[in-house]
Amino acid sequence: MSYGTSSPAPKGPAGSAPTSGYNKPLPDITPLTKGFWDNAKQHRLAMQVCTQCSDVHFPASPVCPKCLSAAQEWRPVSGRGTLESWVEFHRAYWPGFADDLPYRVCLVRLDEGPLLVSNLVGEQAAIGSAVEVVFEDVTDEVTLPKFQIVKETP
Amino acid sequence: MAHDPKSLSNRAAVIGVGNTAYGSFPETDEYGLAAEAFRNALEDSGIDKSEVDGLVTCRIPSYARMGEVLGIDPRWSVTLPPHGRMSGIGIIEAALAVATGQARTVALLYSNIGRSRRVNYGGDEMASIWDPWGFTSPGASHAMMFRSHMARFGTTTRQLAEVSVAIRHHACINPDAVMKKPFTIDEHEASRPIALPLRLLDYCLINDGAVCVLITSPERARDGRKPPVMISGFGGRDSFSKSAMSNFDQDMWYNEVKVAGAEATAMSGFGTKDVQALMAYDNFSPTVLFSLEGLGFCPRGESGRFVEGGTLRVGNKLPTNTDGGHLSNSYMQGWALNVEAVRQIRGECGARQVADCDVVQYVQATPCTRSIIYSRG
Repeated sequence: MSYGTSSPAPKGPAGSAPTSGYNKPLPDITPLTKGFWDNAKQHRLAMQVCTQCSDVHFPASPVCPKCLSAAQEWRPVSGRGTLESWVEFHRAYWPGFADDLPYRVCLVRLDEGPLLVSNLVGEQAAIGSAVEVVFEDVTDEVTLPKFQIVKETP
Repeated sequence: MAHDPKSLSNRAAVIGVGNTAYGSFPETDEYGLAAEAFRNALEDSGIDKSEVDGLVTCRIPSYARMGEVLGIDPRWSVTLPPHGRMSGIGIIEAALAVATGQARTVALLYSNIGRSRRVNYGGDEMASIWDPWGFTSPGASHAMMFRSHMARFGTTTRQLAEVSVAIRHHACINPDAVMKKPFTIDEHEASRPIALPLRLLDYCLINDGAVCVLITSPERARDGRKPPVMISGFGGRDSFSKSAMSNFDQDMWYNEVKVAGAEATAMSGFGTKDVQALMAYDNFSPTVLFSLEGLGFCPRGESGRFVEGGTLRVGNKLPTNTDGGHLSNSYMQGWALNVEAVRQIRGECGARQVADCDVVQYVQATPCTRSIIYSRG
C-alpha cells in the first residue's frame, strides 16, 4: 500500500513474497525512510542523526530539525527506552488487525530521545518501565521493531 | 514596533450566527448546507448579503464554488483546511481583518458532510507512518495522552466520565442537539471500548451540518438585529515540532493552552474568575480536562477531582459546552461552540442558559491551540 492515498484494502507491495499472507499495513519505503527499514531488516534499530550537530531525530526529515543541515545519516541506537504510555485497540481500522483484537500499541521514549510508536511484546508493563527493542520479520522485505520489558539482570 | 495587544480588544464583534439542523443529510452537499447556515446568519444579523466583503471557508471543497453559490465576490478571503483546530484560527483572522480594515463584514462558513460520506477517522483514510504497528485515529492519540494523565496524576476513567455525562446533560436540554439520551457514570464505564482507556462515550459524534458566523466592526454590530457580542481577547500557540503522532502532545498542550489563555485574558481585561461559561473543544473527553488545567480553572493534574460532582453542568461552578459540545450536540469542529458562546451572551439559550452570562471563553487544546474571550457589547 502507499501512504497519503485513499487506497482500499491494504495489499503487500509489488514483489513481496506471495506466500506470506501478511495482510496488515506495510510501510511506505522511500529514499527518506529506507535507512530505517534497511537497518530493521538487519535487526538494528537506527535513528536519523545529523552529522553537523549530532541531533538524533525520528521520523526521517530532509533536513535536521535543529540546525537545518541536509547532512543526515542513519546510525544504530541502543534500542533501549522507557514505556511512556499505551492503548488497547478494540476496533480494527484494517481487516488485518481484526483477529488480533484487542491489541496493544505502546509509546516508547528511546534513551537517545526520539519517541516511537510500536507494540509491546509479551506481558504488559507499568508506565515508566525500561523496555528494549526486539524484531519481527513480517514479510521478506519488512521487519518491524517492537519492544519488550527489560528482564532483570541477575 | 511596539505593539499593545489590548489595542485589538473589542475591535471586532459578532453580528450574526446561523446553523443548519444537525444529523444525516445525504440529499445535499457541503455547499447546500453552508448556504443554509449563511442564510440563517444573515437573518439573525439583520444585514444584507451585499455587506459581506470577507469570506472564510473551512472544510468546503472549493472557495470559488462557495462564492458562486452565494453570489458574492469578497474583497478578502481565507481558505482553511478541514481540521477542527481551524475554527479558532479563522475567527481570529477575521477579527484581525475587520480591525485592520481589510474587510468590513466577514462571513465564516464551515460545512461538514462526514456522516453521509461515512468518514472513519482512521485506517487508510488517515495513513501515517505508524500504520504497520496498528496505531491510527485521533481517538487513539487522545487515549495515549489520557493514559499518561492517569499515570502521572492518578486521574480515573470515572472522573473522565463526568465530562461526558455533564455535556450529554446539556445536549438533553438543547432542542437542536443530536444525542438526547442521558447516561450515568456507570453507563459510561460500561460503554463499548474503542481505544482503551477511551470508550465510545468519550468520542465525539460524526454528523452532517454547517455553521456560519458573521463578524464585523463593533459600531456596525450595535445596529444589528441582536445585541452585539464582542471579541474581547484572543491568543494562541502552535505545537508543530513534535508532530510525528497527529493529535498528540506528550504534555497534553499544557503550556500552549496556558500561554494562549493568558494572552486572551490579558487582551480582554477579564480574568479566569470572570468567565461564566467555558466552551472547550471536545473531540474527545480528555481535552476538556487538559483545557481546564492549562487555563488555570484548576491546578495542574487536578482536573479529575475538579470535575467530580457535576462541576461542568449549567447551574454549577463552571458550565462547560452548554450546547452539548462535539460529544453530544454536533461535530462542528469548534464552530458550533463559538456560536454557543455568542448565544449564551445574548441570553438565547432557554433551559441551558447560564444566568447573567457576560463573559464566555473558547479554547481548543490541539496542535494549533487558540483561545477566544467573548463578552457582552
